[in-house]
Parts: sequence; structure tokens; C-alpha cells
Amino acid sequence: MSHADDHYYVPHGSHWPIVGSIGLLFLMVGVSTWLNGAEAGFWVMLTGVAVVVFMLIGWFTTVIGESQGGLYNAQVDKSFRMGMFWFIFSEVMFFAAFFGALFYARNMSIPWLGGSSNNFFTNLLLWEGYESTWPTNGPGDVGGEFEVMPPFGLPLINTAILLTSSVTVTIAHHSLLAGKRGILTTFLALTFILGFAFVFLQAAEYVEAYEHMNLKLTTGIYGSTFFMLTGFHGMHVTIGAIMLTIIWLRVVKGHFTPDKHFAFEAVAWYWHFVDVVWIGLYVFVYWI
Amino acid sequence: MTTAVADAHDSHDDHGPAKGLGRWLFTTNHKDIGTLYLVFSLIMFFVGGAMALVIRSELMHPGLQFVHPEFFNQMTTMHALVMVFGAVMPAFVGLANWMIPMMIGAPDMALPRMNNWSFWILPVAFGILISTLFMPGGAPASGWTMYPPLVLQTGDAFPFLIFSVHLMGLSSIMGAINIIVTILNMRAPDMWLLKMPMFVWTWLITAYLLIAVMPVLAGAVTMLLTDQFFGTSFFLAAGGGDPVMFQHIFWFFGHPEVYIMILPAFGVVSEIIPTFSRKPLFGHDSMVYAASCIAFLSFIVWAHHMFTVGMPLSGQLFFMFSTMLIAVPTGVKIFNWVATMWRGAMTFETPMLFSLAFVFLFTIGGFSGLMLAVAPADIQYHDTYFVVAHFHYVLVPGSIFAIMAAAYYWLPKWTGYMYNETAGKLHFWLSTIFVNLTFFPMHFLGLAGMPRRIPDYSTQFADFNTMASVGAIGFGLSQLVFVYVLLTSKKGVTATARVWEAPKGLEWTVPSPAPYHTFDTPPIARVKQEAFE
Repeated sequence: MSHADDHYYVPHGSHWPIVGSIGLLFLMVGVSTWLNGAEAGFWVMLTGVAVVVFMLIGWFTTVIGESQGGLYNAQVDKSFRMGMFWFIFSEVMFFAAFFGALFYARNMSIPWLGGSSNNFFTNLLLWEGYESTWPTNGPGDVGGEFEVMPPFGLPLINTAILLTSSVTVTIAHHSLLAGKRGILTTFLALTFILGFAFVFLQAAEYVEAYEHMNLKLTTGIYGSTFFMLTGFHGMHVTIGAIMLTIIWLRVVKGHFTPDKHFAFEAVAWYWHFVDVVWIGLYVFVYWI
Repeated sequence: MTTAVADAHDSHDDHGPAKGLGRWLFTTNHKDIGTLYLVFSLIMFFVGGAMALVIRSELMHPGLQFVHPEFFNQMTTMHALVMVFGAVMPAFVGLANWMIPMMIGAPDMALPRMNNWSFWILPVAFGILISTLFMPGGAPASGWTMYPPLVLQTGDAFPFLIFSVHLMGLSSIMGAINIIVTILNMRAPDMWLLKMPMFVWTWLITAYLLIAVMPVLAGAVTMLLTDQFFGTSFFLAAGGGDPVMFQHIFWFFGHPEVYIMILPAFGVVSEIIPTFSRKPLFGHDSMVYAASCIAFLSFIVWAHHMFTVGMPLSGQLFFMFSTMLIAVPTGVKIFNWVATMWRGAMTFETPMLFSLAFVFLFTIGGFSGLMLAVAPADIQYHDTYFVVAHFHYVLVPGSIFAIMAAAYYWLPKWTGYMYNETAGKLHFWLSTIFVNLTFFPMHFLGLAGMPRRIPDYSTQFADFNTMASVGAIGFGLSQLVFVYVLLTSKKGVTATARVWEAPKGLEWTVPSPAPYHTFDTPPIARVKQEAFE
């Protein structure tokens, strides 16, 4: 515990949190009423999204302004870093729930439906003739005949893209530390371009799955785990790519110095996190 | 409050709170936010308590008297959700907000604006949840555990339930991140980890548990949502899923969750017992290790909630033995508290009374938990009032009593005045008598076979149920004494900075009431004097 300054820094009050709460209220009420079948709910939801986006822009603008204004000492910087680390940890646990569902289905519930362990009568009386396999849409053939997404081809290209982007963001980081702004700008741009390319290809994969393979969210447990895992991952890649873009814009404006660049590192950590999740996805969802 | 960056620079030094409603809406002050949490939690305590009284009134006599069975089920579900996420958890977060920065010599929480947001999400979440009472199909009635396929029969309330749980999770995660970062990064110099007060330690571990398991709950309820509205098959056997899978994911969250509600209580009691025994806490470091062990074990015991649902024998054995292991570190804590009191110069002010009752009554709840851990016996106890008795013993005279103890212990530090000791003692004795009258007979009811979550029962259970209902109404009314204490809290004699005779810790070195901004500079000398024996 060493302090650059002897005075602590405490930020002034802010109206952004309460704006965020109001946004969340509209968002949650809107989406709920919409799911219950009320058309108007959709517009309430969009209002909520707009307020939340407005809040995010406002809040981050304030914080970036304060950071550029030199208000934050080393201790604040460290708080931000720790906060980001624990936030990413919470995200890891969110994905863990869905990976857990995948492993449970593959190793427990599907073999049991097929009569393994002490479930002979489950199979005989409820699901006669069902043999457990993976991938499967279950003994009820929920969603009908489907094709399995092959691991080689587009998903492999996407793996290469994401791994490459992890390298480019690391090169950008090293350039930032070495003060080479040109290389930093180029490689950071390359990173978010690769990120958006990943999202684009993922979307193409989904179109292919829905239109030609009859592989949908409704395709039993395989479709559920496939789309929920890759979907949440894709959402995180999108968020990450947007964050990278914002960081890039800040780099272009001349923000960040070799010893003060928390936001850059936070985004880079986040980017590595989506990368690692993807490796897990590629191995357990597509490949094995 | 939305001042420009330039004049924000020096604004943190001297001034007091802002005026009017803006103070509470825009505040970044840990004491203000702590107060908001505590007041919110007290309101929710009465809302959830009113629901409990609906339940107990219906169960006063056999037969149906006041409410429809559907509404009864809504009450059991909402009572649990409101008490767990609205009363107990926010109360501990409020205590953490108020006390942790003062205990570690920090100026405020590490991320003060996020702290504000953590709180202000809660009224939204509970506004949404409580509004479901007025929706077509009523509030959720599936039990707070939200097991599918039953929960999927919820009416219009269903998506509101899911999203309110998401919001509660969001609030808890942000609150927990803030607490961890505050503890790890904002300690005054020389306040090294093993010198931290136990309340800070238990909260560090609790915050870790929260960040680890709240996202898992979010995942579980998201799967419910997509199963309901988007045709996924997570909990549908025909599609290859399994309703039991929900129970596994839920309890992977749910078991650490029960420690989230008790570890800060351990911390509170570990602060209070030494003060009123006038001895340092016995075995401080072993307390830290015990709490860490409990946290670790909490991740590998979840399926003991599901012994009757069907699992391989090896699974039953594993979860039975791992659960029983928790008794070891918990025993360490109980014995350490007893050893702290041993030959101490004890006095029995209200916080100490609540803490003593905590040690005794929580132990009863712990022992019934040990009985429930035994897989073959659990098949008999499962879904009976024995379970209700068990978890209410750990939550009411456990968590709630610790919260009450903390409120009395630190109230003079918050307000600057001594509370009404006579009223406090009255509150304690009424609460303790009625809490036992409410929950002790439930053990017998459960062992005799009365199932939980039912509005009617056969007549042989009538006497014990009447006792429990009288106890519950008495317990509810006794809490009004606490409100009286709070309303008159500024009428007592002025409190000194120390408040009690010989309390340890930095919070007792600042004046009472604690100034709006506690430490502008690291209190190095005070740490040396106060935190170290």
C-alpha cells in the first residue's frame, strides 16, 4: 500500500446511477410486458435501452474527462483495475452456468434418458428405443431432424480470427508501453476489425444453421446449448469490439500514456476473456 | 451535484451532505448509501414480515380460513424472496457500507458512484417484484427456489420475476465488487490483512462468494426464461434436458447464498462479544481460516438440498460427508466465541444480549442442519416443517439477530446518541421468547410429518401450529419496539467517541456521530494504536 498522494480521492456525486436505474426499470418492464404479448412493451423496452445507452455514454464521458483532467491518483487506478478483474470473474461464472448445463446434459441427463446407470426403467417406460448420443435433440426429437455444425470450416476460421486479434491487441499494448503510437493505432484498429469480422461470420453461421441445417434455438438440448453459449459469447464479442473501437478513438485523440492507460488494459483483459471463452466453446461445443 | 470536473477537485475535503432529496439520489458517500441500504432493508423486513403473518394466520388453525391456497403459495414465495434478497442481504451490505471504510481507515468505498447504483437498482428490482402481486395470475407461487416445470406455470408475473432476480443479482455483484476492492485497495498503511477486524474479513469472503455465485443464478433464471419464451430445452426431458439440472444450478448458487447471509453475521458477533467481554477475540486468525474453509466447502455441498430427487449413491455419499465437514470450521467459530467470553468481565447491553442469543440459537440451527445432512435421514425430513424450523433458526435468531446486534452496537456511532437501553432490552427479550415460540414447535411438526408449503394440515398438528402462529404475531409486534428505539434514537444522552467501555478498532477513534467524511488522509498512527493489541 503506497500512495502517490497523501490525500484520498473521493468523486463528487453523480446523477448517472439513478438515470441508469430508471433506464433499467423501463427496460425490464418493457421486455416483460412484451414477452407477455403486449406490443407497446417493445417500445418501452427500446426507451429503456436508449436511457441505459445515454447513461453509459454520460457516465463514461464524465469519468474519461476526470481521468484526462488528472484527478485520479494511483490508488484510484488500482481500484479500477481490481474492479475490472472481479467483473470479469463474475462474467466467467455466468458462462460457467451454461457450460455446466452443457456438461450436465452430455454426461448425465442424456445417458440417463438412454437408460444408463440405474435408469433402465426411465428408458423402457418413458422413452423406449431412445439411444443416447451427442449431439441430440432429445428423445422427443424436439425441433425435428437437424444437421450438426461441423467444427472445421467457418468455426475454425473464427477461431483463427479471434486468436489473431488477441495477438494484435497484445502488440498494440506493447507499442503503447514503448510509446510507438503509430503501431498502436494500426494494431488496435486491426483488433476491432477482426472482432467485428468474427461477429459477422458468426451471424453468417447462424443464417446457415437456420436456413439450411434446421439447427435452431428450439433444436432440443443441442440447439439450446449451442445457441445460448455461442450467442452470449457473440454478444460479449460485440460489446468487446465496441469497447475496442472507443479505445481506438481515444488513442487517436491522444489519450493514454505508457504509465497511465487503465481503460486500454481493461478492454484488453476483456478481449482476452472472450478469447478464452471461445477456446472453451470451440473445444466443447463444436469439436469434441 | 453535476458540477464540472474542475470544481470537483477540492470538493471532497470539508463540506457536509448536500441538501434535500438530491443528497440521497446522487450521493457517493458510503454513510449515506449505508443508511439507504439499512432503511430499505428495514422496510423490506416489515413487508416480508407481513407476508409471514399472512402465512401464520392461515396456519393458526386447521382448515382454510383467510386466503386461497394459490395466494398462500404466493405468500410463501414472496416472503422468501423479499426476506433473502430484500431484507437480510441489503442489511449486511448497508452495515458493510457504513462500517468497512471506517474500520480499515479508508475515506469511502473504492468505487463510490457504482456504490450508489448498487443501491438504487434495488428499489427498481423490488418494485417490479412486488408489483407482480397485482398481475393476472398473481405473484410467483413456485417457492423462491423457482423449480421448473412448476415455475413455468406462473402467470404474467413470470418474466417480471426473472428480471427482478437479474436486477437483484446485478446490484449484489456490483456491491460485492465494491466491497472486495475497498478491502483490498483502500486499507490504511499498516492495516495488513491478518490485522483486519473480523467483520471486514467475513465480508471479504462473503463478497467473493457473491461474485462467484450470483452470475450462476442469473444463468439459471435466464435458462428458465428461454425455456418459457424461446423454445429451449434446458429443463425439458423430451429435448434431452432435465428439470433436475435446474436444481443443481440453482443450489450451486443457493448453498453459497446461505453462507452469504451468515458469514457477515459471524463477523458482527466477533466484533461485539470481545467488546462486552473486555477481552480480545480468541483465535482471530483461526476465525479467518474457519470462515475461508466454510466458503470453500459451500461450493461443494449443494446437492444436499436434493437428496430425494435422485442421484447416484456416490453423489449422495460425497454430498453428505462434505456437508458434515462444515460443522468443523463452524465449531471452531462457536468455541472461539465461547473462549472469548471465558473469564471475561462481561456486561449484558442489548448488542451483547443479541449476540449471546445468536451463539446459542444459531448453534441449534446448525445442529438441525447436521441432522438434515445425513442422506438417509433427510429422506424423512425433506419438505417437512423440520426444514422450515432449521433454516429459520439460522436466519432469524442467526442473521436477523446479528443485524439487530449490529444496529444497537453501532447506532450511537451513527447518530451520536445512546439509544434507549430499556427499550432495547425489551426488544431483545420479546424477540427471543417469541422467536423460539414460533420456530421451536416446527421441529416437532416436521418430525411428525407435517409438510411445508401447505395452507391446510391434519388436525393432529393443530396445537403446535397455534403456538407457532402466536409466536410469529408476537415476534412481528416486538419489532415495533425496535422502530420505537430508532425513532427515539436521538433523544438519549450524547455518545462519546468510544461509546462502549473498551471497544477495539478504528471506528471508535472518530467522533460520534461519525463525520460525513471520516478520513481525508491515511490514519497511520491510529492504526498502530487501535488495531493492534
